[in-house]
Amino acid sequence: MRKLFLALSLVIATAANAQESPLAFVGAKIIPIVGDPIDNGAIVVQNGKILAVGPVDSTTIPADAKRVDAKDKVIMPGIVDTHSHIGGGWGADGSSPIQPDVRVMDSINARDPGFTRARAGGLTTLNVMPGSGHLLGGQTIYLKLRNGNTIDDIAIRDDQGNILGGMKMANGTNSQRDPPFPGTRSKSAALIREKFVKAQEYRRKIEQAKGDATKLPDRDLELEGILEVLDGKRIVHHHTHRADDILTVIRLSKEFHFRVVLHHASEAWKIADEIAKSGVPCSIILVDSPGGKLEAKDLLMQTGAVLEKAGVLTAFHTDDWITDSRLFLRSPALAVRAGMSREKALYAMTMAGAKMIDLDKRIGSLEPGKDADFIVLSGDPLSVYTKVLETWVEGAKVFDRSDPKDHLYAVGGYGAGKDQVMHLCCEEGAEGR
Amino acid sequence: MTSLQRILLTTVALFAAASAANAQLAIKGETICTMAGPPIKDGVILTDGAKITQVGPAASVAIPAGVKTLSAKVVTPGLIDAHSVVGLSGYLNQDQDQDQLDKSDPMQPELRAIDSYNAQERLIEWVRDFGITTLHTGHAPGALISGQTMIVKTTGNTIDDAVIKPVAMVAATLGEGAEVHGKDAEKKSPGTRSKAVAMLRAQLIKAQEYQRKQSVADESKRPDRDLRQETMVRILKGELPLLITAQRAIDIMSALRLAKEFDIKIVLDGGAESYLLIDQIKAAKIPVIIHPTMTRSGPGETENLSMETAATLVKAGIPVALQSGFESYVPKTRVALFEAAVAASNGLTFDQALATITIDAAKILGIADRVGSLEVGKDADLALFDGDPFEYTTHCTGVIINGKIVSEKPH
Repeated sequence: MRKLFLALSLVIATAANAQESPLAFVGAKIIPIVGDPIDNGAIVVQNGKILAVGPVDSTTIPADAKRVDAKDKVIMPGIVDTHSHIGGGWGADGSSPIQPDVRVMDSINARDPGFTRARAGGLTTLNVMPGSGHLLGGQTIYLKLRNGNTIDDIAIRDDQGNILGGMKMANGTNSQRDPPFPGTRSKSAALIREKFVKAQEYRRKIEQAKGDATKLPDRDLELEGILEVLDGKRIVHHHTHRADDILTVIRLSKEFHFRVVLHHASEAWKIADEIAKSGVPCSIILVDSPGGKLEAKDLLMQTGAVLEKAGVLTAFHTDDWITDSRLFLRSPALAVRAGMSREKALYAMTMAGAKMIDLDKRIGSLEPGKDADFIVLSGDPLSVYTKVLETWVEGAKVFDRSDPKDHLYAVGGYGAGKDQVMHLCCEEGAEGR
Repeated sequence: MTSLQRILLTTVALFAAASAANAQLAIKGETICTMAGPPIKDGVILTDGAKITQVGPAASVAIPAGVKTLSAKVVTPGLIDAHSVVGLSGYLNQDQDQDQLDKSDPMQPELRAIDSYNAQERLIEWVRDFGITTLHTGHAPGALISGQTMIVKTTGNTIDDAVIKPVAMVAATLGEGAEVHGKDAEKKSPGTRSKAVAMLRAQLIKAQEYQRKQSVADESKRPDRDLRQETMVRILKGELPLLITAQRAIDIMSALRLAKEFDIKIVLDGGAESYLLIDQIKAAKIPVIIHPTMTRSGPGETENLSMETAATLVKAGIPVALQSGFESYVPKTRVALFEAAVAASNGLTFDQALATITIDAAKILGIADRVGSLEVGKDADLALFDGDPFEYTTHCTGVIINGKIVSEKPH
């Protein structure tokens, strides 16, 4: 019965995304991220996927395609945010510093207006995380900003239907407080090592049982979570600022062989070569000024440029609400101001982030076969005057600046702080609100 | 020392001072946004070291031989951040560098900003490198009356070097920001909007009484000096405006009501919902220093803010300035230049947006005789850019304050 229900849900989901005929945007400047920008380009999408991308002259546009004139527009992949807190979700509570059993998906309000604002900013994929007040704050969730009212509507699943996400960890001062929380950096690392060793022992016992149910250890939700990390199924998204804290994360990741992304990494510029050598990627944040907390006192606008030069895979994130998703394109622009190349700065908004959440086969660039997640811009993505005109997720338009309802969320105004109910089933304008 | 020696020394000293002050500068700009008329294409500005002596097209302004000359694509007046806490709220955000708010008493108008200003604070240099040369800074929103504000230039080793107006306004807050929260909330005031307004009214009435008693003919019958009441009397006399931070429409209305009842000058600050009260604000002839354009929207009293508020108010003819505001966490300050940039992208023209951080800000702050535009006789405060100042990818390539180059590295 449950299988039937799942099958039905999938059918409905597919139907919602299906285009009756292909859709072709013609004449835009297309920034595919993988490959050079195309001045007079076309992109064709159907059934939620990209069919073709290329110069207008050499791209086959099916005869039955609905053509959209996109002259003077810029089209690029939907933006990937590797670190967001939209939806008001909290992960772990105050009972202990390590809570790998806790899932942020169980506390996210999918109707939060923040999601609509993110769509207005051109974001299509988010990694929504628990906070950084714990050494291990729980499981993160990867979301597609589809038109959806529930967490299930916007979750990203693998081929088996499993909901995807990473694991949030943190070191430095945020996760230090009174016991049972750690009081020092060494204690922080020791607590993590202790828990990871426990998970290794748990795995050994499972392996020793060789499938014999009577010999299996009791299920342990916490250790199961860590095992997913140790097995590489869950990437660790690690809040870390100071250079020494960054090096501690790298040290632990080498000891336990877990996959990790360094988040914020305010002082990454001080140890860029060491980070490059470790092969660990960085997701950084750019804010208007340094400080606000001791660990961010040496935050620089130049970090993106320094990491690029060192050869570190670099993405940006909003950490929404630390920065506003609607203005996320400021980040690559300010990084370019401070010396990063335009190419890498835009790569950092898309492909780099996709890689950091293991979804680069599906999203992050405009290539045939990938999800039809793209944004239509009024001009250069790095210009302050440019507007996100439309945001498309899996072939469906989820934001249209010309629609007054969407415009309200894009710029703010009376009522923009209220939860939003998305319309899934009905014709445009038929929803009753 | 003989009198001759004394004279000689004095002459030398005078000469040295004069020549330091007279280090002339020439600034060439492909576009000079004077904010006192249309932009000048291919223009030149001359300074005598402190003030602007000439402004005009290159053809009409001769650069004297040997004068240091800077060039830029775009030259603007030094930018003004119309409301900030930089200098009082330090970037480390630790107890020892947070002097923008003392919550021991809900109303403390006697607190002077000059006594908390750290001229060495890193964020002063940070915003200066983006072209900000004047800051209206001081006590933060968050108490019914948190204290005084002042105006400084973003230069100098001491408050005395920096300050141009030691007392500018008195900062007040209405709405959720003024109310006491937390576990003792029920025992402390103000706990409601009505209580907050009642307390403000009582304080203003007390100051009226103080003023009356202080003016009696018999000096022996005058009350003892009271720093708090003295400050409030300056508000009653119209010497100091009350800078009222009010986000929701209900709180803006309370601010207007207070201004009318006591016939005091007020400046609205924040004004997240000010677009709902265009007629009322316009009729009251009250300027608005709008919340930073990029302020986080809600949840809370800023949930209805709009990036288009500046445009809406400017179109209605209401005097508007932009600000960096107050940040309690990361980032520790915003940069007014970027706030104006977002306003320029959300309904303001380039000139209007630039005015919100130059001449219009200067007028609201009462310092337009000195700063805010590039005109002969005004302070030689300039910001140089290698492109449209509002574009994120443009650099601020030079900053000049009081005729001195304070930054030449591109930022």
